[in-house]
Amino acid sequence: MTLNGWLQILFFLLVVFAVTPLLGGFMARVFSRQRTWLDPVLRPFERLIYRLTGVDETHEMRWTEYAVSLLLFSVVSMLVLYAMQRLQAVLPWNPQGFAGVAPPLAFNTAVSFTTNTNWQAYSGESTMSYFTQMAGLAYHNFVSAAVGMSVAIAFIRGIAQKEKDTLGNFWVDMVRASLWVLLPIAIVGALFLVSQGVVQNLKAYDTVTTVEGAKQVIAQGPAASQEIIKQFGTNGGGFFNANSAHPFENPTPLTNFLEMFGIFAISSGLTYTLGKMTGSPKHGWAVWAAMAFLFLAGVSVAYWAEARGNPLLTAAGADQTATAMSPGGNMEGKEVRFGIANTALFATVTTDASCGAVNGWHDSFTPLGGLVPLANMQLSEVVFGGVGAGMYGVLVYIILAVFIAGLMVGRTPEYLGKKIQAFEVQMAMLTVLIFSLMILTFTAISSVSPGFGTSSIYNPGPHGLSEMLYAYSSAAANNGSAFGGISVNTNWYNTTLGLTMLFGRFFMIIPPLAIAGSLSRKKQIPASLGTFPVTTPLFTALLVGVIVIVGALTFFPALSLGPIVEHFMLNAGQVF
Amino acid sequence: MNITRNLVAAVLMTIVTTLILGIVYPLAITVIAQVAFPHQANGQLVERNGTVVGSAIIGQGFSSPGYFRSRPSAAGAGYDAANSAGSNLGPTNKKLIDAVTANVEAARKENPNAPVPIDLVTTSASGFDPHITPANAEFQLPRVARERGMSEADLRSLVAASTEGRQLGFFGESRVNVLELNLALDAQYPVAK
Repeated sequence: MTLNGWLQILFFLLVVFAVTPLLGGFMARVFSRQRTWLDPVLRPFERLIYRLTGVDETHEMRWTEYAVSLLLFSVVSMLVLYAMQRLQAVLPWNPQGFAGVAPPLAFNTAVSFTTNTNWQAYSGESTMSYFTQMAGLAYHNFVSAAVGMSVAIAFIRGIAQKEKDTLGNFWVDMVRASLWVLLPIAIVGALFLVSQGVVQNLKAYDTVTTVEGAKQVIAQGPAASQEIIKQFGTNGGGFFNANSAHPFENPTPLTNFLEMFGIFAISSGLTYTLGKMTGSPKHGWAVWAAMAFLFLAGVSVAYWAEARGNPLLTAAGADQTATAMSPGGNMEGKEVRFGIANTALFATVTTDASCGAVNGWHDSFTPLGGLVPLANMQLSEVVFGGVGAGMYGVLVYIILAVFIAGLMVGRTPEYLGKKIQAFEVQMAMLTVLIFSLMILTFTAISSVSPGFGTSSIYNPGPHGLSEMLYAYSSAAANNGSAFGGISVNTNWYNTTLGLTMLFGRFFMIIPPLAIAGSLSRKKQIPASLGTFPVTTPLFTALLVGVIVIVGALTFFPALSLGPIVEHFMLNAGQVF
Repeated sequence: MNITRNLVAAVLMTIVTTLILGIVYPLAITVIAQVAFPHQANGQLVERNGTVVGSAIIGQGFSSPGYFRSRPSAAGAGYDAANSAGSNLGPTNKKLIDAVTANVEAARKENPNAPVPIDLVTTSASGFDPHITPANAEFQLPRVARERGMSEADLRSLVAASTEGRQLGFFGESRVNVLELNLALDAQYPVAK
């Protein structure tokens, strides 16, 4: 570990902190339909969209209609993406002449991008045409993020409103999230990425003769326009197979910084939006503090483990010590321009949030370095979390935390003036249970099935279990990163991971909307002496405790058979 | 609640937003990028004597001893820039340990005295990392100087010219661009034929 490495990590968190009130305040205005400086440009567009689609922007929806519109939009746009992949051979912008994508893979990819997971069982530069990348995949990077933000905002409204039946209008929230928040960031950010070296063209791949006379084919494409929204929308599906490790996706340390910042920016801002819209800014910061604490804990372990390196490689004669001329550490599957600190930081950030972009291969991390991204996903990604998804995810944990605090003092729990009762807690528990059920069941089936489960493993020993556990954790948490050695383009994995992604998305969306609908109808009760305050360090600590305990109790046994036992075997010099 | 109305909205919304976000936005970015940053937008292709020899930010294979070598590659048959990939070998996989051991032994034959930098013997994430660490360049320096019949001091200053520090003095890590360095070598100190 180096001083500069730590300073880069802390500077990153500082920038996230500084932007939170700006972006959060802006989003509060956007979704409360107050005037913003972008209105003169965007309002006419917005009205045109509603006219073309027949949406009545004054119509207010109950939680059920909000959920149904969301599901209809997801299903329709998913089918379009499926069709687009199947038909890409006859669609434009296909200079490499790629054939239509096979049905199981097209299903898996359509689900993956609609659910904001961006799990990739394919390799971008050898499978997808430029048209599919732009109009299919990059498009879903926008709208799946916009859908997530809409749910978060609907939930926040449910808490903030008094005795009201409706949560807003899904179409309006989705359109405003796309036009006011995501699109302006994408335009400015994409051009910055190009200026640093991210490619943006529609030409065929270049074939060059290298200095030593070998033939090298260099993949090209409209990468920058997708790269920026892939990060800010916490999608994570790489334009190229190597994702943000590819020099054409992430050429410099500055693009790397922007790409990491993008993952946290909106989710961090939403904590401020929560405080602002519920009239309790301190509560927003208390939630932010819990997230920042869990982030720092994760990145510290990952950075320490990767900088410490792999003792077996030291024994083989490689020098992993950090010097002024080399960052040292475990450099297998990492890029020199990022070194250890920025790869460990990226891995932590991308799995704290449900992004899943990678700038190094998690499969080649040391056991404890790889444990961090795995455990982050298993906390169901509420450490800032996915765009919107992190917010409604953490609200579920907040309800559990307030409920537990209420049990401890023997009072009916309240959250920002709303009574938390049986229905809310049942719905919260439903999301927690389904999440862990999907991961553990499918991992268990895969791990005892030599014919279709363990046959896909790439790294033998405990690492193989970690690969399967990682795959289902990533799918359920809608993350999309992988222990990439595992071969997942099989019928079993494409199908079960597809189902896990669908459950991990919509069973995390519908119960929270139901909670929001229920909270919205309730009376606001004034705070009394017996109310557990949600603005204090004590609340932050309790929230951290609930998040860690739920995650630890559920997944510790599985983790101990995977990365933890591998760590001890590695130290004992065991190879597989 | 009117389900039909929302279904129609879902279909029309998919079409309209696909046009805006999936077609107009990326094409507009492409046009602006091609006008404002044509070199970067097209992959920073490098020419020598009028022919393209690669991209400045995509690593390529160098095997002859008179060149600095790129990091080992797991992309396709090696440095395949149409099939980016890492090895994905886990930390306890015997294949990883064997590969690194073999790389270390080969490196020690060329420079028995210095410690072997980790990035010289491990595969990169993209499969064509354009950079090596300054420690890696320093390790290879005696071999290249010998092959080129030049002094190590001259070569060291050439390496320094191809070394980028941390960006803005703070971000990322110091690194040496291998293609740029080898092209500079060929231009200034051609191998005696």
